Amino acid sequence: MLHCFILKGSFQDSVTLMVLSRDLSALPGVAKASVMMGTPANKDVFRETGLWHDTLDEATPSDVCVIVDCEDAARAAGVLEELKTRLADVAKSRRASGYPVARSWRRARQLVPDANVALVSVAGHYAADVARQALDDGCHVMMFSDNVPVEAEVELKLAARRRGLIVMGPDCGTSVIGGVPLAFANRMPKGPIAVIGASGTGIQEICSQIAARGAGITHAIGLGGRDLSAAVGGISALTAIDFVAADAASRVVVFVSKPPAPEVKARVLAALKLMQRPVVALFLGDRQAARRDGNVHFAQTLDGAAALAVDLANVDSQASHQPSAAGLGICGLYTGGTLAAEAAQLLADALGLHADETHAEGYMLRSGGHRVIDLGDDLYTRGRPHPMIDPTLRNEMIRALADEPTYGVLLLDVVLGYGANADPAGVTARAVAEMRAARGGAPITVIATLTGTDQDPQDRASQAAKLEEAGIVIAESTRTAVELALRLVQPPVAGIGAPPPLLAAPPAIVNIGLRGFADELQAGGTNVVHYLWEPIAGGNQRLQRLVAALQ
Amino acid sequence: MYETINEANEAVLNEIKRARPRLVDVRPAADCIPVLREGRTLLHAGPPSAWADMTGPMQGAVLGAAMFEGWARDAEEAERLAASGEIRFTPCHDHSAVGPMGGITSASMPVLVVLNEVQGNTAFCNLNEGIGKVMRFGAFEGEVQTRLAWMRDVLGPVLSQALGMVPGGIDLSVLMAQAITMGDEFHQRNIAASALLLKLLAPDIAACEASTQHKEEVLRFLGRTDQFFLNVAMAYCKCVMDAGAAIEAGSIVTAMTRNGRDFGIRVSGTGKRWFTAPVNTPAGLFFTGFSQDDANPDIGDSAITETLGIGGAAMIAAPGVTRFVGAGGFSDALETSEEMREIYVDSSPMFQIPTWDFQAACLGLDVRRVVETGITPVINTGIAHRKAGIGQVGAGTVRPPRGCFEKALEAVAETVGVAVD
Repeated sequence: MLHCFILKGSFQDSVTLMVLSRDLSALPGVAKASVMMGTPANKDVFRETGLWHDTLDEATPSDVCVIVDCEDAARAAGVLEELKTRLADVAKSRRASGYPVARSWRRARQLVPDANVALVSVAGHYAADVARQALDDGCHVMMFSDNVPVEAEVELKLAARRRGLIVMGPDCGTSVIGGVPLAFANRMPKGPIAVIGASGTGIQEICSQIAARGAGITHAIGLGGRDLSAAVGGISALTAIDFVAADAASRVVVFVSKPPAPEVKARVLAALKLMQRPVVALFLGDRQAARRDGNVHFAQTLDGAAALAVDLANVDSQASHQPSAAGLGICGLYTGGTLAAEAAQLLADALGLHADETHAEGYMLRSGGHRVIDLGDDLYTRGRPHPMIDPTLRNEMIRALADEPTYGVLLLDVVLGYGANADPAGVTARAVAEMRAARGGAPITVIATLTGTDQDPQDRASQAAKLEEAGIVIAESTRTAVELALRLVQPPVAGIGAPPPLLAAPPAIVNIGLRGFADELQAGGTNVVHYLWEPIAGGNQRLQRLVAALQ
Repeated sequence: MYETINEANEAVLNEIKRARPRLVDVRPAADCIPVLREGRTLLHAGPPSAWADMTGPMQGAVLGAAMFEGWARDAEEAERLAASGEIRFTPCHDHSAVGPMGGITSASMPVLVVLNEVQGNTAFCNLNEGIGKVMRFGAFEGEVQTRLAWMRDVLGPVLSQALGMVPGGIDLSVLMAQAITMGDEFHQRNIAASALLLKLLAPDIAACEASTQHKEEVLRFLGRTDQFFLNVAMAYCKCVMDAGAAIEAGSIVTAMTRNGRDFGIRVSGTGKRWFTAPVNTPAGLFFTGFSQDDANPDIGDSAITETLGIGGAAMIAAPGVTRFVGAGGFSDALETSEEMREIYVDSSPMFQIPTWDFQAACLGLDVRRVVETGITPVINTGIAHRKAGIGQVGAGTVRPPRGCFEKALEAVAETVGVAVD
């Protein structure tokens, strides 16, 4: 038998009521208990779940509706008392919060005047109105709420765009702005990587993979699962890209989403290509033919994207210690044929050049002012030992760079092991020193890869030390060596302006909806005010319009 | 005249802030309130009410007043007279007056005279009778009559003489600014203000021409009557709110009051029009032997203190009385005052509250904010027994019904020509 109670004018958030429903249903003698606010949608739920009671007709959206399925009326009354006690406990525990609590947007802003982000987690039916109020008052919006109509999403995002603001969401699970985790997020080490994504767990996994590799993030900006659909058109994605592009601290960018609508993807890619810094794009499930398009690298997996981003961040860090080689050429002098081929191919891919197919005179690449030569080619070994054994020829060619100021980067391999020269690093270091001395002031960055192990007779560690002592940069792989070389000859265009306000300082938050988010923000030291939201004018639409008209 | 409601409200608040009421005299009510000179007339609390609609405490006070004025020899005769329609009832609020609980005020009862030296308006309130069996809570026989006579014959004249010796009267803003820092919120707790008033008046009472016995009686009465200043604070608030109401525009609430059946409010933009809805019944703590079942529904003009922004809105100023709010303590008081910030649009230039980190008391209750947030003012109140003749049974808090604010908002919209579907 169904018993119905209505608690007039006592708004509670849906999560609190769901927990209470579960607990009350577990009481002895109770078949089922359901507690919800009296919104039209919730009334439908009562109907659909066989818990309808005609008393519910008189409930308004600001009334707590209680349905208890049990035989005994006295038992039902007991359940109601239990509910009231628990609601009082909820209210009491809230009083202990260390942050201010407001009952209106206006008061929330008074209490935390520098609040600049609204974290919205009210029921989807109300979320758009709440978000609009925040945008109108100049605040960015993170919408955790779902079930927001797509028309409302577009309208809000266009309004945000006009005001230079961003709407993260709706249905946005994760963002980390200036180190402040919003909604579902991880506490991340700081670092040079910005993550933008339409996938909450995708962002969380990439971030934690980045942390596992010893790196960190500037910001993670969530967009909401629908942002890259044709209907929404990636409005927030483009805003996020603009924001990050203006943020000098974000040296590398990861963009993650499910495959966007084709026209949206084109727009997003165009924006990513204008970011003037390395970008890793992961369109999950999209079989990207190219590995790279200019500054945009395509990854296939979450960990792959994180690894690539960390590599690129390391390259960026190395580049920051080297003189600019803007517009100069890259010269690769390799003793190993496969290493030369890999370097040539990677350079050709990145620069849109063609690797040399004929390999005449050992040239693996000879184009665009760049060259990569395989000194193990037959031409160079005719009548003399392989350069891995006798580096004389390569040393001569290194020294010859003294007279070639159009080259700003030199790529080398240093191969250790049985059969190789007893001290390849030492002889190479000497040749580089002589070249530099003869070159005068013209700077050149020398980047070497080391092939070999610590068990090799030459000892990898001491070989590396010799190279570093000579001012030679050691790259972990041909791939990162080539990235660094490219970074030096094509440095990012300076002139990144002041960072956008959202990213300039840790945000202050107006939390609207789930109380737990405010608790967590407070615990993390963030300036937060909780807006204990209820439907305006108790959900009476006529009064809502009247209040609005009389402001 | 004003471009926006906000502009109008600013003008109203400006008048409220400028007002400087002083306690200048204590006079027989008929001297001050012309309507009381017209036959058998009684003032009552709340929006207009007929005898038949009055609840126990107000009816009891009517009987007491009828006997006190000599219109009836006993309660039965007084009741017949009241039921016959020969007594004219009119709200205190229509005559620059206020009265706690039943608010019943008759011609020969003394009233406090509070004069606003800036805008020139006056306000009146009867004198506090102390605790126990008192007329304002509906008691009407025996000691009630004895006390009313003493107040008429001794207390009123002695206070009048003493106040006559204070040049310009007593600056109530200054006194109250001091008392709020001493833990008064001026509705549930007035002990500091009452003591300060006695401190100011004692030398002049001692020096006035009354007999030694009368002076001793008055000093002893003031010394034991902790809530004596409540009626002074009410007259003060009425005086200030009337000064604001003179702007005749905007959405600031200028009166909140209850007659035991209806809660009535007036708003700055709609003049003397009442917006009413059925009152709630206060909840709180009860004297031994009484319970919630004995409580009369909300009654009295004393919500004029919350109209200004003290009383319940300044709960945090008076941690000593927060037990009336609920089981909690200081944090409940803080939460109440913080909540009230949502619906009051401004702050008092006079009343700083130390326990609120020296924030000023609330000012300017805005009908729009009440409707928008659904938050109604918290009113601290005494609780009368629902039957006539028994008196006070407890104290607690109560909220007005939302309905009167919703009706007022509709009316404000009409005055500025705003219509919605």
